[in-house]
Amino acid sequence: MSEAATTGGFLTIGLSHYLTVSAILFTLGIFGIFLNRKNLIVIMMSIELMLLAVNINFVAFSSFLGDLVGQVFTMLVLTVAAAEAAIGLAIVVVFYRSRRSIEVEDINQMKG
Amino acid sequence: MLTEMPLFAPAFPEIFMAISALVLLLLGVFLKKDSTNLITVLVVIVMAVAAGLSIQGPEATTTFGRLFVINGFTVFAKVLTLMGAALTLFLINTWAHDEKVARFELPLLILFATIGMMMMISANDLISLYVGLELQSLSLYVLAAYHRDSQRATEAGVKYFVLGALASGLLLYGSSLVYGFAGTTNFEGLAGAMKTGPNAIGVIVGVVFVIAGLAFKVSAVPFHMWTPDVYEGAPTPITAFFSIAPKIAGLCLFLRVLVGPFAAMIEQWQQVIILISVLSMVWGSVAAIAQKSIKRLMAYSSIGHVGYALIGLVVGNEEGARGLLFYMLVYLFMNVGTFAVILSMRVKGRYVEQISDLSGIGRTNKGIAMALGVLMFSMAGIPPMAGFLGKYFIFVAAVNAGFVTLAVLGLLASVVGAYYYLRLIKIMYFDEPAAAFDPPSLTTGIIMGVSGVLMLVIFIVPAPLVNGAEAAAKALFLG
Repeated sequence: MSEAATTGGFLTIGLSHYLTVSAILFTLGIFGIFLNRKNLIVIMMSIELMLLAVNINFVAFSSFLGDLVGQVFTMLVLTVAAAEAAIGLAIVVVFYRSRRSIEVEDINQMKG
Repeated sequence: MLTEMPLFAPAFPEIFMAISALVLLLLGVFLKKDSTNLITVLVVIVMAVAAGLSIQGPEATTTFGRLFVINGFTVFAKVLTLMGAALTLFLINTWAHDEKVARFELPLLILFATIGMMMMISANDLISLYVGLELQSLSLYVLAAYHRDSQRATEAGVKYFVLGALASGLLLYGSSLVYGFAGTTNFEGLAGAMKTGPNAIGVIVGVVFVIAGLAFKVSAVPFHMWTPDVYEGAPTPITAFFSIAPKIAGLCLFLRVLVGPFAAMIEQWQQVIILISVLSMVWGSVAAIAQKSIKRLMAYSSIGHVGYALIGLVVGNEEGARGLLFYMLVYLFMNVGTFAVILSMRVKGRYVEQISDLSGIGRTNKGIAMALGVLMFSMAGIPPMAGFLGKYFIFVAAVNAGFVTLAVLGLLASVVGAYYYLRLIKIMYFDEPAAAFDPPSLTTGIIMGVSGVLMLVIFIVPAPLVNGAEAAAKALFLG
């Protein structure tokens, strides 16, 4: 931020810019889960997108507040996201073995 | 920079469970033959020891840089959770041997999920809350898909994973907003920040996201859509586990988060919880009527029960918290018993789960029919059963705090709910008998018998349990 000011950049990137980007990414993630009619891998990617949007939020706030807790939280979120992706892929593999497909429209044995 | 060594004593139960889980995992790998029985017994012992350690633990305190807290409330909630987990473990073990899917990882996954629940009950910071919640959820996703040759179980796993991950995402996004606009993730810090002055709109939005995430985990309407499918698809005893321990832990966490750090925002969150509670009670009663599978029926029933328990949260005072805790206690035994009955619905060694399979068992299987009858009366909240007291304390707390409309809506919903609980009794006793069930196994028989008897015993002498819940509720509001 300060660098942009000293070098005379025409736009200062503030907290709100980061929050906007992160809100857009988060919304894309949610829409990816609900509007996606193709396959499960895309849903997994949408979930990752949501978590990464949250990370942008945390890091932006952390730098803005001058407080390290946000970055610590980001590290933990990254770790848990990796574990979550591993378990998610394992479940998708099991699903594929029993159904021979990972299309979203094939997830239809139970109606509710 | 000098740092003090954190106190380990308050977290002994969790540390003990985590180390035991790793040791047992190694043991399971090294034992050549099938070791599920041995590991199950050891896991139950570990849980019992952890419960003992919690009860004997030090006075109320925080440790690990105020990330972790213990007090009377957390002890009560942990013992309840451990009890639910241990009881369902017996059901799971019996089932796994019947279906020939016994593997030693099964009890260990339950143990890991339970450690996660204990962590989130004791969380005193948004970070430890998130990590505990994820340890629980990740184990539960695997459990849902445990029967990996079954198409329905794997589908349940996929659905649970996707929607659970979405819920975690919402909760995290909310945490990030709360952190950004309040400047801290610590519960005490947040409580202090909320008290001073009007809250930034960012904090309120963040809290709503956190509530949405938690409501997903306890399957409250409108975030319940995963529940019926996952309950139906997952193996029956694992459904029993889903409907008991995570619900208890989730509701206790909900209570801690809302009356702890966000206590000063009660005006804002109360409206949201009222809405969630009423929708859950009504939808849990109405949607259950048309169900044919008893597991789906139990799914809607647990949605309804969460709705009633949330009334205790709406009230937001000691009486409400006491009502919620007592309700969860009764709910634990009610659900364990009912699932023991569902697990004994076997015709010639094959599990059946349609409601019509129950017809006429009042004549062919008197014991099972009587246990289910008692439990259904309790679920419906009809007097000489404990379920009545659970609802009574909740509704009285609501009326005393001036939420008369909410209590009346709850009563109306429970009248509608009584219809489908009592319909089961009618099917059992007045319909023509279908195929008779095989005699239940010893463990399931004991569990259903004991929980049936407990429904009566709790109604006659509720005092010790109510006092326990009251002490826990007091500890919660002390800090």
